Amino acid sequence: MKKNTFLRVGLVLTALVVGFIALGLVWTPYAPNAMDFSRLLPPSLAHPMGTDKFGRDILSRVMVGAGDTLLIALGTVVIGTVVGTLVGALTGWYGGWVDELLMRLNDALASFPSILILLVLVSLLGGGQEHMMLALGIVFIPSYARIVRSEFARARTQNYVRMAELMGASTARILFVHILPNIWHTLLSAITIGFNNAVLAEAAMSYLSIGVSPDEASLGYMLSESQSILGSAPWYALGTGLIIVLLILGVSLIGEGLQRGEN
Amino acid sequence: MNKRILTLFLSLTLLFSLAACGSKDTNATDARREANEIVVGIAQDLENSLDPYATVTAANREVLFNIYEGLVKPDADGNLVPAVAERWTLSDDQLTYTFYLRPGVKFHNGSEVTAADVVWSIDRAKESGNWKALDNVDAVNLGDDFISVVLKQPNGDFLSYMTLAITPKDHANGEEPVGTGPFKYISRAAQQNVVFERFPDYWGEGAKVDKVTYQIYENAEALVLALKSGAVDICAHLTATQADQLTESFDILEGTMNLVQAVYLNHAYEPLANETVRKALCCALDRQQIFDVVADGHGTAVGSSMYPNFRKYFLPELAELYPHDAEKAKALLAEAGYPNGFDLTITVPSNYQPHMDTAQVVAEQLRAVGVNVTIEPVEWASWLENVYSGRQYQATVVGVDASTLTARAMLERFNSTAGNNFINYSNAEYDEAFAAAVNAATDEEATAHYLRCEEILAETAANVYIQDLADLVAVRKGISGYQFYPLYAIDLSTVTYS
Repeated sequence: MKKNTFLRVGLVLTALVVGFIALGLVWTPYAPNAMDFSRLLPPSLAHPMGTDKFGRDILSRVMVGAGDTLLIALGTVVIGTVVGTLVGALTGWYGGWVDELLMRLNDALASFPSILILLVLVSLLGGGQEHMMLALGIVFIPSYARIVRSEFARARTQNYVRMAELMGASTARILFVHILPNIWHTLLSAITIGFNNAVLAEAAMSYLSIGVSPDEASLGYMLSESQSILGSAPWYALGTGLIIVLLILGVSLIGEGLQRGEN
Repeated sequence: MNKRILTLFLSLTLLFSLAACGSKDTNATDARREANEIVVGIAQDLENSLDPYATVTAANREVLFNIYEGLVKPDADGNLVPAVAERWTLSDDQLTYTFYLRPGVKFHNGSEVTAADVVWSIDRAKESGNWKALDNVDAVNLGDDFISVVLKQPNGDFLSYMTLAITPKDHANGEEPVGTGPFKYISRAAQQNVVFERFPDYWGEGAKVDKVTYQIYENAEALVLALKSGAVDICAHLTATQADQLTESFDILEGTMNLVQAVYLNHAYEPLANETVRKALCCALDRQQIFDVVADGHGTAVGSSMYPNFRKYFLPELAELYPHDAEKAKALLAEAGYPNGFDLTITVPSNYQPHMDTAQVVAEQLRAVGVNVTIEPVEWASWLENVYSGRQYQATVVGVDASTLTARAMLERFNSTAGNNFINYSNAEYDEAFAAAVNAATDEEATAHYLRCEEILAETAANVYIQDLADLVAVRKGISGYQFYPLYAIDLSTVTYS
């Protein structure tokens, strides 16, 4: 494998951030909701990211909050990719009325601003992690479905597919054993971009306090809280924002690296 | 080369625009000073109706205080002073109040106040059902320049109820309120603002500023940013964290909010119907931590539905009834049959930052004794509809105020049959004590019964009583005359540019 700085830096960065988040699942310096300390302490050795207005340790909250964000983003991408790939594969392969029906549904979903759909879904489903995942996942389906569909439609006429058909391979086998691995690189870059969008979407939702309880450690909600005290406690916004930036930067670099590797 | 110059130019532009964002919008504040008008930030829209007799929320009263007046009105010290009535007399049998109208008092619509208007106003208040004390009125007789109110039985508090708004006969106030106060109503835009102007024909000294705009900010962050940017001149009910952001261009005044903040408990919700459970919740409460977080250590502990400005009715010792003791709270929960706690959703109006912050601290304290708390922020309108009127909730953190400076105004709602008994409190002993207080012959006797009512509320742990909040008010430097009242009211008539 030739030297690929993007990929390497991306992998190292992502590994660090994910390691940090994984650590948060088993251990945080303090209980994330404990209001045991002075309010709005600046960063120090005891509190590397300072404390918030309730006297809670921001580092501990960021660790837990980033874990939730990561989990929701991963869940979103899984739902979006799996359902999107299925829909894209079927419509791309069969064409005809299946294609018309599913793709028009897809268009309908994509034609609304995603924030509007999210609002409706969250108010129907209620808050909570799994519901956020589901709501975001549904919103992410159309983009994957469209990408996958065009790839499958293209592959349908290609020789290796025809050969497989002649050899009597089942449709399922052709779709998922023959074609899918061939479009893997397209899907992979869609996944990295989708993951980043999911992280931002989750943060944006909780920033608007949609589907999140105010005392939950959630990156978006913490950012919105930090906004009005930006002047006197900038560390709150910086610490919270930093982890989002690093997470996205790492995954973006991996995506970029993978693409360059392909070329 | 051209590209570099362009880059440099663009970066500089960016830098300057950032710098411009940082500086205050002094033009707007100067323009308001020039025009002698102020903008007051409020955290919620008013009720749909501005009818003074139908008003139930403290938020409405606080604003309407400036346009309506009664025969008498409270001053900043809590005394009742003459307003539409110039003077009054009380008969020897303590049953007949005669109010002599102040000559030449005008309504905002230009007409002069007559005795007929006063009688009509009292009737309207009576019909509304929100002024139960007026059931004691036997007859209202009117003369040319006086009215006399005959009571069924003597009542030491009666004068307080004559603070009820005097409005023109046959005028519906819901949309177009007309009163006699120092400000007159001009307009309102839903979810945006309410505009008052100085009433030039006011009988008294009158307002100092020419125009007041109440600007509505239901988002606490937006409110602080508006204050910082110079869009708002006065804003009350801030948290310590919010106030700390504003010291540069505001004076921060500290008073009390004059309400009882508590975790109000819906007794119709199964675990909370159990008195032992409620006592456990009271024991789990650590008031000092709430004071520290919400108001930098300020706040007055209350242990029942009465706040300190009620002086003779306030019993500070009731706040000591359930000292903070997490172990005892756990033991009480176990005793009540909930050794592993229970689920509790605390509904909070999200536009009130002090209540939101308090709820988060309380939630943490209750979790520490095993209660599985979820905080549900709701919009103010939804709180009024579902929690206050609909009683569809488990617990809620809010402040409850008094419409008049009488013990009755604070305590009447806990009667088992009261229409505004939103916690579904039902206690025969309480009903009895309250009835005895209302029917008491002397003021001493009434006071004793009211105090007993407060004790019953505390002893049965009716609610998790917290505090009368410190009221942190930001007033733009250069504006003076802000006064604190013993009621939930903001009097803007004394506010002036200095």
